[in-house]
Amino acid sequence: MTSELTPHDSGLEKVFEKPDLLLKAEHSLCPGCGEPVALRIILEVLQELELRDRTICVAGIGCYTAFPMIMDIDVMQALHGRAPSVATGVKRVRPDAVVFTMQGDGDMISEGLQEVIHTAARGEQVTAVVFNNAVFGETGGHMTAATVLGQHTKTTVGGRTRERHGNPIKISELLAALDGTAYVARAAVHTPSAIKLTKQYLHDAFRAQLDGKGFSFVEILTMCPTDWFVAPDQGPAFLDKHLKPIYPLGVIKGC
Amino acid sequence: MKATVSIDQETCKGCELCLPVCPPKVLVMSQPVNAKGYRYPLLLDGCTGCELCAKVCPDFCFEVYREVS
Amino acid sequence: MGVLLEGSCALAEAAIQAGCRFYAGYPITPSTEILEYMSVRLPEVGGSCMNAESEIEAIGMVWGAAGCGVRALTASTGQGISLMQESFAELANAQIPVVVVNMCRGQGDYFQSTRGGGHGDYRFIVLSPASAQEAADLTMQAFYISEKWRNPVMIMGDFLLSHTSEIVEFRVPDQPELPPKTWAITGAKGRRGITLSPLGPAEKLSTNVAGALAHATSKHAAIKAEEVRVDTGFLEDAVLVVVAFGFPGRFVKYAVRRARERGLRVGYVRPISLWPFPTQVLADVAQTAQAIAVFELNAGQMIEDVQLAVLGRAPVHSIGGISHDHSGFGVGPLLNVEHILKRIEDVYPRKGLT
Repeated sequence: MTSELTPHDSGLEKVFEKPDLLLKAEHSLCPGCGEPVALRIILEVLQELELRDRTICVAGIGCYTAFPMIMDIDVMQALHGRAPSVATGVKRVRPDAVVFTMQGDGDMISEGLQEVIHTAARGEQVTAVVFNNAVFGETGGHMTAATVLGQHTKTTVGGRTRERHGNPIKISELLAALDGTAYVARAAVHTPSAIKLTKQYLHDAFRAQLDGKGFSFVEILTMCPTDWFVAPDQGPAFLDKHLKPIYPLGVIKGC
Repeated sequence: MKATVSIDQETCKGCELCLPVCPPKVLVMSQPVNAKGYRYPLLLDGCTGCELCAKVCPDFCFEVYREVS
Repeated sequence: MGVLLEGSCALAEAAIQAGCRFYAGYPITPSTEILEYMSVRLPEVGGSCMNAESEIEAIGMVWGAAGCGVRALTASTGQGISLMQESFAELANAQIPVVVVNMCRGQGDYFQSTRGGGHGDYRFIVLSPASAQEAADLTMQAFYISEKWRNPVMIMGDFLLSHTSEIVEFRVPDQPELPPKTWAITGAKGRRGITLSPLGPAEKLSTNVAGALAHATSKHAAIKAEEVRVDTGFLEDAVLVVVAFGFPGRFVKYAVRRARERGLRVGYVRPISLWPFPTQVLADVAQTAQAIAVFELNAGQMIEDVQLAVLGRAPVHSIGGISHDHSGFGVGPLLNVEHILKRIEDVYPRKGLT
């Protein structure tokens, strides 16, 4: 039997709703996609830190390119892989702004690897966020530099192999090795406890920027059931089994 | 009642991520489909207002209400 | 009061005096001096100069700064400009004003600059100075017209322009006020957030992609009507008109005066705006002159725009060519007044002289 009492009838208070900074609930991303969950957490953190008025998001190109139009903050849309250099220009001329990039693994770790490495190495006071689903989602399921060994995609048919396709890149560990990087953490959105970690790490990363500590980085593992070729409700299990062992969660470099 | 959720049935895309995270297991998928062709969750009695369904939902379908002492 | 400056430095100083407060670039001959000059001067005026790790990152940083409403500049050469092309095309789509300098090696970048080496329907407004003074003047204008049209502007120079020192006076032009930059990303204080994007509209929740992209190109006709710049001489009775742009244009002007001294009725057209091209001037020349000669240091690029303007009404001769010395920087044996004079005489129409 379904509940028919309305909240207001029963004197209950609303304790959770979508963030004010999210202009619309409807979006065109797939059932079971992890990116909207990550987006919601970012917006919640910006709201809680009261950063809306001074935040500038620099967006990359991927499925999440559909997000700027529903985010009530200023967004500069950059090209595939190129958000870090754009974010650098923004922060250099507007040092009081809170600047973060929103990129996917294909965008950041394939096309734009050079850009994020240089931005981190210089210690630019920006926060880079990568939605890592280990695949080029928007183009329909192709290998990125983060696709894991054994993962089937349309360009790693039967599973990525070392011999044919080479090894993936662990971007968080790579960036943590650079002097300019102040904070690096990896989280995920496939379970409620991982979601809680994601929120904590984003808080800490923005805090590092606000405190002028250097480049801060949060890698968020997200589900892509469509291009993992599993049912939407199997996304979390796939992430847990195939991504998390290669990309362990936690703070990799703290400040 | 202690808690409940409102569910935006028309925005739901039927991913079913919410069902397994609900501790009292009070979410079940509907039989009818919405205008987009997806089944959507229905709420049984016993919601504790834990917010887990809302937190995992990729489509912002849930609002959560709870008795606040 | 004038000051003696290399062309590159004159251009860079003019940018600063026009309010440029951000530069990002990569060293590449012969544009490097602009990066060097900005490294010293920009911090002095509270600006920021970045020696980026690649040309693509340099134009990306300029994108970020310009998208915030700050006057921003980059400079490169030939293949460095090639690397930036994706960003050029998309900056135009996003209607972000930027000024880009291409200090070419030779003049083989005409196509790249005026046709757009990038993808899509965009155009750069392209200005080609022939002296350090003109470089300074055009740079100051460039920031203004870039913002006026919300379209990128390119200043096209070459090795001789960048490295020849001349007396320059900095004169900030009198220009009507521009509207406030409501498109700039500033942080959404006091208003709804906006998006600055090459992919679609600025308004949130809008899906009018086609409208946004059409807007980026619908201004081309108006730019063509208003931004033509050209230097001409001796056209009234000219039998042969020589067309040349940039620093080589000065060699041609001198050669034309020498030809006049020898009794040849030669005139010149020196396009200063390469896009929009001074098409009407050349169409008019084709009505009165008997032949047109094009001198450019490449395998034949601007000559196509001349042919388009002339539309067959007069013969068009190429008197230029690829010209490099051992350095490969485009200062070669064809850039020589005696050679140019000889080529003028070669193509001077002998029949029909009165």
